[in-house]
Amino acid sequence: MAHFDVEKIRADFPMLAALEGGKPLVYLDNAATTHKPWAVIDRIRDFDSKEYATVRRGSYRLGERATDMFEQARKKVQKFINASDHREIIFTSGATQSINLAAYSFGKKFIGAGDEIVVTQMEHHANFVPWQLLCQEKGAVLRVAPITDSGELIIEEFAKLLGPKTKLVAVTMCSNVLGTVNPVKEICKMAHDAGAKVLVDGAQSTPHMAIDVRGIDCDFYAFSGHKMYGPSGTGVLYGKYELLDVLPPYVSGGDMINAVSLEKTTFSKPPGRFEAGTPAISQVIGLGAAVDYLTGIGMDNIAAYEHELLEYGTKILSKVPGLHIIGTAPHKGAILSFTMDAAHPHDIVTIIDQEGVCARGGHHCAQPLMTRYGVPATARASLAFYNTKREIDCLAKALQKVLEVFA
Amino acid sequence: MSYQNELYQQVILDHNKNPRNFREIGETAHSCNGHNPLCGDKINIYLKIAPGDVIEDVSFTGSGCAISKASASLMTTFLKGKTAAEAKLVFDEFHKMVLGDLDPATQEHHLGKLTIFQGVREFSSRIKCASLAWHTLICAIDKTGETTME
Ligand SMILES: Cc1ncc(COP(=O)(O)O)c(C=O)c1O
Repeated sequence: MAHFDVEKIRADFPMLAALEGGKPLVYLDNAATTHKPWAVIDRIRDFDSKEYATVRRGSYRLGERATDMFEQARKKVQKFINASDHREIIFTSGATQSINLAAYSFGKKFIGAGDEIVVTQMEHHANFVPWQLLCQEKGAVLRVAPITDSGELIIEEFAKLLGPKTKLVAVTMCSNVLGTVNPVKEICKMAHDAGAKVLVDGAQSTPHMAIDVRGIDCDFYAFSGHKMYGPSGTGVLYGKYELLDVLPPYVSGGDMINAVSLEKTTFSKPPGRFEAGTPAISQVIGLGAAVDYLTGIGMDNIAAYEHELLEYGTKILSKVPGLHIIGTAPHKGAILSFTMDAAHPHDIVTIIDQEGVCARGGHHCAQPLMTRYGVPATARASLAFYNTKREIDCLAKALQKVLEVFA
Repeated sequence: MSYQNELYQQVILDHNKNPRNFREIGETAHSCNGHNPLCGDKINIYLKIAPGDVIEDVSFTGSGCAISKASASLMTTFLKGKTAAEAKLVFDEFHKMVLGDLDPATQEHHLGKLTIFQGVREFSSRIKCASLAWHTLICAIDKTGETTME
């Protein structure tokens, strides 16, 4: 790998120069949300101050130009995840809404009493609760695939859950707690052989590795803009066009219709059918800028550098007495969840926060997973390509403070 | 003052490590299971109330962070011999103190050693940790069985 100049990258992110309680900010909560480079901040500012207008209703040039930029962002996202058609990219408010959209529209059309939906034990609530509710509503059955102690999906057990009644598999590509990267391509193949569709939750994978939805062959792929250095309030649902084309709308209103009469409304083709109302215009254009920024650095370079950070972090944390890393799959993203014998996760994060280290303590919206490991909560450091080994050393030093306080 | 002194004071660390009255009370008339869904902390409170509304015995079990455990432990040592009405008054004052609406240094109160938790007001994400035991206590006095912090 070519030398990864992290200091040069850090200079692109103004938030990273911030102080926290007088100490340099060490931001290790990137699985929750990420900071934005100037490229994104400036693009939104420029658009808002020079180019802003509503989209898709343009009867004047300003609006047409804004619409063009908005649709350019769609094409950038399409290329970024290697979708075959820009009409397969639906803009949403975030991964949560993307998954709810899929659950509602797919569920309405394809899920009935006795049908089965398969999820895993490591899903974020965003990829668990919508399916649970759908099953309750339709009288369908939710099946949960188990994981090993190291945090890997047990493929043989997963296979046993697939059958003629399975209509959908919803699985995360990367766990927000364990970091485990699931073999989604293999999962899609198995599900498709059983006649089921697959939704892949890409909230934690899209920002950290090259994504190829055609290679994976998933039917839906969901992710959030704010976890990939873009604006909050943006997200994407990718869906194969033939599938989207037969699904009913989720939210209804303006911008998603073909014709409305007093008796009946016919809906537009995808993606318009699923984008009712005025979207987050500036933010979507900012998301396009985030995609350009990431593409400029190269997702493979990002993945390689983050892997280096993960290995370093794993080594450093393993030396802290009484610290237990949760999630040790061989194939994982740069997420380090842990517990300590000395202190509860909430006490850990309060104390390290005083050292300027932002990490999260809690159940991380993954209670079934906490139950699986028999812990109420974990502390979690989640890394991004703008983090450094020096920052991991700061974390280790802050954890020594925890040991001192709770000695 | 450094943060350890502010929040993790020696008394709090001690009660976390060696919680007092950490047990169930058999055949108790009053108990409640308290739960903070935000962090998963669980505190169960057991109460024995004698005629005249006097708290004869109070204990707790459960799991949680240092703040919630120490708060429960200190609460049990504080309450023995007080009446249920007094307990409710102190709950009210305690609640105000951790929210920053009562300053024990300048305002009248009945909090005694519980003022050690006033540092919590600087840590908004930890206020519920300190007050979970108290909410659960009120629930136990009122015999409602279960309470969830919102
Ligand atoms: C794996 C996973 N899926 C879904 C989500 C939901 O994302 P958002 O809150 O941006 O909608 C998250 C966010 O924490 C996540 O980590």
